Amino acid sequence: MRIEPLGDSALIVRVADHFDPETSSNAVLAAVRQIEAVAMSGVIELAPAYTTIGVFFDPARSGSFGELKATIEHALQTSLEPARPRAGGETVIEVPVCYEDEFAPDLNDVEQHTGLSQDEIIRRHSDATYRVACVGFTPGFPYLSGLPSELATPRRASPRKEIPVGAVAIGGTQTGIYPRKSPGGWNIIGRTPLRLFDVQRESPALFHAGDQVRFRQISRSEFEKSLA
Amino acid sequence: MSVVVRSAGFLTSVQDLGRTGFRQSGVSVGGALDSHALRVANALVANDDTAAGIEATLGTVRLHFDDERVVAWCGGAFAVRINDDELPPGHTGFVESGDELTMTAPDTGGRAWLAISGGIDVPLILGSRSTDLRGSFGGHGGRALRDGDELSLDKERSRRCGTDEERRRFQTAAPWGAPATWATTGNRNVLVRIVRGAHWDRFTPEAQSSLVTNSFSVTSDSDRMGARLDGPELERIDATDLLSEAVAPGTVQVPPNGKPILLLGDCQTIGGYPKIAHVITVDLPIAAQLWPGDPVRFHEVSLAEAQDLLREREEDFARFRVGLSLHFE
Repeated sequence: MRIEPLGDSALIVRVADHFDPETSSNAVLAAVRQIEAVAMSGVIELAPAYTTIGVFFDPARSGSFGELKATIEHALQTSLEPARPRAGGETVIEVPVCYEDEFAPDLNDVEQHTGLSQDEIIRRHSDATYRVACVGFTPGFPYLSGLPSELATPRRASPRKEIPVGAVAIGGTQTGIYPRKSPGGWNIIGRTPLRLFDVQRESPALFHAGDQVRFRQISRSEFEKSLA
Repeated sequence: MSVVVRSAGFLTSVQDLGRTGFRQSGVSVGGALDSHALRVANALVANDDTAAGIEATLGTVRLHFDDERVVAWCGGAFAVRINDDELPPGHTGFVESGDELTMTAPDTGGRAWLAISGGIDVPLILGSRSTDLRGSFGGHGGRALRDGDELSLDKERSRRCGTDEERRRFQTAAPWGAPATWATTGNRNVLVRIVRGAHWDRFTPEAQSSLVTNSFSVTSDSDRMGARLDGPELERIDATDLLSEAVAPGTVQVPPNGKPILLLGDCQTIGGYPKIAHVITVDLPIAAQLWPGDPVRFHEVSLAEAQDLLREREEDFARFRVGLSLHFE
């Protein structure tokens, strides 16, 4: 575990050195609860990711970096009661995806990089079960762990200025879904009609860290129907 | 109790200090790209720090008032007038019912923030009145302002900056004002101070020295998310992909093409490009004025120095607020 500055108004807690889909998410979520349990003046909010937690603070109201670091280190040694599992066990969210050509501009690149046929890429992508490691980048964007390693494809050398709403993409060893039009450097292999983020909903984000996710292949016409 | 937007200019939006508490759902902080400028303007009209104001970017914004208000603005080299009289940056201005306020952006580009006493009355969405332009929520209908929009103004708090006697005596603008460095932030050819980022050591010694010795230039595909910079390629020693992790406004990240991106208020909450540096908080106002074609140079300072500068500024701001309260009615 290491704590490093992230500019002058934030720090980053590195909970684990490497990402392990089995253990890292639980370790990060547990550390978030431990940090939230101590009142630290000037701390604004936390941003958990795969193996790290961003801690944002106002240096005019908080202690020094050294003091915050010591408080967080102490908090992480304090054991808390384990989190109660949510009623009904872990949430599994099924995400319909249309992998057809016009929604999958980078499927060719993934094919070339992985050496797998397009059908095989789609089959393996939709056979796996994923876990939401964290939500970020844009509102509601789920970073999913559990991508079969043979599908890993490096990010594009130069990010695209615009990626469409609902794009399902692979970036390195990660896969994710774009909730809204945004720039991005991942390889787009399909599109979902689901609404991932809506400020009118009681819980605006569809996905939360810890949720399980499965992709289901749908046809172009099913995609159109779900959008309507 | 409202202002009518006679002319919206280009990319004018309702903003406050931004949206915090939703980074876990990926919601950007957003808000005024230079939140300090908006805070200073709000102080000059006796608003709370969190009152919503207007961010202007390009072109001319014309606002028509239907009641008496106090206004102030800070930011780039704009020309602001109440009817035909100039309102200098960082000064309290007096608006009568029927008056028109115009903000004209300089040809070289930039941003400015206008505060109106009472603040702009738009609904709180996820705890903020700021417009999330990419997410299309918050602010006025989740979008940039258009010609003809009508913005409701909130009631003024129990106080107002400028007594009746002062309003009569000074007519358009009060003689008191904010420090010049807070009021006007649109200087060209700027030096921006940075601290080292978490992945500094992943870059070659040439890239590290290049960052603080060379000049970079802002490219045209820059926006409220970030200023993209052209200049010498910043090469990495270790080119392996990173897992995405927290980033913040001010983070200088470097995608594989070696061209740094200086993240601004609308930036993503987490990202996977290595972070070579972070612009210090007190210099974010300079970053918020970067415009395509502008040169920018970086200068390294220590973390302790960056935090001391911020604490100092906050103390100065608290004193500034106390000083202004002498003029509160």
